[in-house]
Amino acid sequence: MAEATKKKNLDGAPVIDFDKFRPTRSSENSRKRKDLFMTGLIGLAFVIACIPLVSVLWTTIVNGLKRLNLNFLSYNMTGVVGGNPTPSGGYGGVVHAIIGTLEITGGAMVISIPIGIMCAVYLVEYAHGGKLAMTISLLVDVMSGIPSIVAGLFAFSMFTIVFGPGTINGIEGSVALSLLMLPTVVKSCEEMLKIVPNDLREASLALGVTKQRTITKIVLRTALPGIVSGCILAIARVIGETAPLLMTAGYISSTNVNLFSGQMTTLPVFVYQEYSKLNANCPVHATSACVPTIPMERAWAAALVLIIIVLVLNLIGRLVAKVFAVKTER
Amino acid sequence: MRKNVLVRSIAALSGIVMLAGLAACGDNTASTSSNGSSSSATKSEPVSGDFQGAGASSQQAAVEAWIAGFQGNNPDAKIAYNPSGSGAGVSTFLTGATAWAGSDKALSDDEVSQSKAVCASGAAFDVPVYISPIAVVFNLKGVSDAGKHINMDASTIAKIFDGKITTWNDDAIQSQNKDLKLPATPITVVHRSDKSGTTQNFVSYFKDAAPNDWSYDLSENWPNSVGQGAKGTSGVISTVQQADGTIGYADFSQVGKLGTVAVKVGDSYNEISAEGGSKVIEDSKLDDTATGENRVVVKINHETEAKGAYPIVLVSYMIACPAYKDAKNAEFAKSWLTYVTSDDGQKAAQDAASSAPLPSSLTSKITKSIEAIKTK
Amino acid sequence: MSSQDTPVMQPAGGKTADKVFKGIAYACGILILVVLAAVFLFLFFRAWPLIGGDQSANSATISSFTGGKTNSFWGYVLPLLFGTVLVSILALLIAFFISIGIALFISHYAPKKIATGLSYVVDLLAAIPSVIYGLWGGLILVPAIYPFWNWVATYLGWIPLFAGPAANPQRTVATVAVVLAVMVLPIITSMSRDIFLQTPTLQQEAAYGLGATKWEMIKLAVIPFGKSGIVSASMLALGRALGETMAVLMILSPGLTYSIKLLQASQNQTIAANIAAQYPEANDLGVSTLIGTGLILFLITFVVNYAARKITEKASV
Repeated sequence: MAEATKKKNLDGAPVIDFDKFRPTRSSENSRKRKDLFMTGLIGLAFVIACIPLVSVLWTTIVNGLKRLNLNFLSYNMTGVVGGNPTPSGGYGGVVHAIIGTLEITGGAMVISIPIGIMCAVYLVEYAHGGKLAMTISLLVDVMSGIPSIVAGLFAFSMFTIVFGPGTINGIEGSVALSLLMLPTVVKSCEEMLKIVPNDLREASLALGVTKQRTITKIVLRTALPGIVSGCILAIARVIGETAPLLMTAGYISSTNVNLFSGQMTTLPVFVYQEYSKLNANCPVHATSACVPTIPMERAWAAALVLIIIVLVLNLIGRLVAKVFAVKTER
Repeated sequence: MRKNVLVRSIAALSGIVMLAGLAACGDNTASTSSNGSSSSATKSEPVSGDFQGAGASSQQAAVEAWIAGFQGNNPDAKIAYNPSGSGAGVSTFLTGATAWAGSDKALSDDEVSQSKAVCASGAAFDVPVYISPIAVVFNLKGVSDAGKHINMDASTIAKIFDGKITTWNDDAIQSQNKDLKLPATPITVVHRSDKSGTTQNFVSYFKDAAPNDWSYDLSENWPNSVGQGAKGTSGVISTVQQADGTIGYADFSQVGKLGTVAVKVGDSYNEISAEGGSKVIEDSKLDDTATGENRVVVKINHETEAKGAYPIVLVSYMIACPAYKDAKNAEFAKSWLTYVTSDDGQKAAQDAASSAPLPSSLTSKITKSIEAIKTK
Repeated sequence: MSSQDTPVMQPAGGKTADKVFKGIAYACGILILVVLAAVFLFLFFRAWPLIGGDQSANSATISSFTGGKTNSFWGYVLPLLFGTVLVSILALLIAFFISIGIALFISHYAPKKIATGLSYVVDLLAAIPSVIYGLWGGLILVPAIYPFWNWVATYLGWIPLFAGPAANPQRTVATVAVVLAVMVLPIITSMSRDIFLQTPTLQQEAAYGLGATKWEMIKLAVIPFGKSGIVSASMLALGRALGETMAVLMILSPGLTYSIKLLQASQNQTIAANIAAQYPEANDLGVSTLIGTGLILFLITFVVNYAARKITEKASV
């Protein structure tokens, strides 16, 4: 189709032997074949990727639904012995882990998102490729490679040195997680800020708006949907971290709502600990209410709860992005 | 828009606060009050307060039962146990952050001397609280799924785990199991990939009972590269479940439907049992290399010939101070350890974790050590 | 976002606000340097006994970690390093092309409605915690993938990488690489999709206008535009793969060799998983040794990222 229009438009032009430039049939066909081939390949990539991802979700949902009920969501793990039911008729729950996850991740957000966005602002708006900015941007790359377990060790040693040995609390976990979140936030914000058209900045500055207001009102607003989705990705990366929280936030079976004191269980740690238990023991004289496989069932149910929390966070993020989004033509 | 953000963040915050308020009532109360009622007569006034412990993950199931039982008598005591591992547990204890530590191995001399800084007076001591038989589990079509045991002596097990015996119908195995028809399936050894007290106890059995077939040094890490490694007891069990011809070792309570090896003791082959585990400890002496006041460290007699004994066991300890800087901790530690090592406590652990009860030969010594904790 | 709290409403205060804002931005930039230095210093401080402490005690510790196989730090850390790099590179290789494919599928091939749904699912998948992938990999994938790897070992066994016999159960580097690939896939996809969607419509139309087929348009307009984004997405993914702990810990049967036999068990181990496996039972000196290995991992990620940065810089000129 494109070719036909081209031909028409060029009717009045000086005489050129267009046949010389016309693609031969074979090259045309091979291009088409290649296009078809790549379309197939891209579709195939999609299908291949779907298999494990669907399998993960399916396994979690099927196994998780078995124990996911109101009782599971409203009790913690105190007083749960072996495979025996609790007085409320359940088999223990995750309310303490949900609170722990939300508070520790929230703490990490509060620490890392402001710093991350400001750092991205610095990199994109203030330092136009200066040496310091180059170094910082390189180090952000490096930081994204910090293994989660090293972040855990870092937070652990920092808190033991500053607050005395044996310190284990929620905020320590938040510090470890924010170390992991920060580079993701910076990098995704940086990419998003870079994409904001320069015309917008120039137009705003030309109107006499200060740079700070240009950035907060124009640049950040334009980039907001991208920033939000970047932050969600960053949260997504850390909300499921297990290894650093094992050594910083600890594990406790009762509910602890104080982020700054005492151990806190998070959902991933809970999943891991229940997996480590694998089977509960049912003594010979136990009633049929005793379920020996209960730890694994709890693990899957907690995993499902974790996925649902992420889902809700995602929804909230999308809503925020939609409400704040500046309407641009695409 | 600024207002918007503010309103939103306030809404989000209040949401979290509301959730937190809701959460405080998540405790399952008094689930096991019937469990520990009989001992309450002998108890003095109940302990109250927040207490923390950390250490061996092997004790976790038992500690959960103990906490529930203990709270039946002391409803105002809140106890947390972090199954972070023996090493981490002892390190935390030595910083003074926890009231007690659980450990799969006795304290080293170094750790004993370090503990002097943490305890108000004297050095920390360890008492055995949890004896768990280690099962040699296997998955073999036609044998384990038929619920049958395989008989083996120490040297055969050692050779299998050292990669010297590689098929199930090897003469060494077949000759001990005349009534079984063993297939020619290759043996896949599954061992722990993490540092673990279970591995050390398992390997120490080879060192004592089959020294000629096990040349490696004693360590908590698996020494050779035979077969496959898996993280934790749960990893070993799930790996063994996944393929035919696998053999591994794991805590008795986790065996499930897998087959277990009956181990040769004296002239008979004994299946794994909690009582068998107790019998070995009964037949064992205290380790006299563990110097220090009040310490009760068992040197497991792997070559026991006691009737019905099962020689592969894990002995796990609790570590406490003879005197605490915090009087509350002292009161708690004494009361806690007394409960744990009492018949009630051991019974609760047996129900929750299939552990072996402490033999009566030990309990008097243990009680004496616990009595030595100074309160007030 | 927090930055919205800073503006001062009166235009007269604009200059001060401008300065304050600039100052905060600079401070946050520099904070990155400080944090990174702090991480390095703390790790180095904790690992110090490894260098400055009693060497015979160090050898004893390492020997206890390896069951007596080696007692020098380098003999311990180098095989670990090899395993870490091997697993991550494999995972990235598997994931890279597939995720670029999905990203293009979402951004340029799928109908708009389906694309929105799909990109939502991808974001969600990026958030599935590693411990769930560990559970899934260890309990579901390991038995399920054995026939496939066994087939590979039987028919492609002449390639050293796939030398048989395939271990059963498949707790091997190959399986772990697949799981890690699945884990990093949503990260690369999500980031590159965002970039692809931002490709200027003008350039795309121009490519079509020149008579390009869809694939040629992508090659001419979309890929060059998104190149730096793709690379930084891959670096993020590599970072996650290098440091992935739980999934490796729960699936891989570890070993300390330089072997590349992907289908055999007990060949390699990664640094991160090794730390997690040894840390709980380690004493003080053991923790120092493990932190030493963590420091090495940290330095390696530094080198890898630095190299990647240099490569992209050259490519984009």
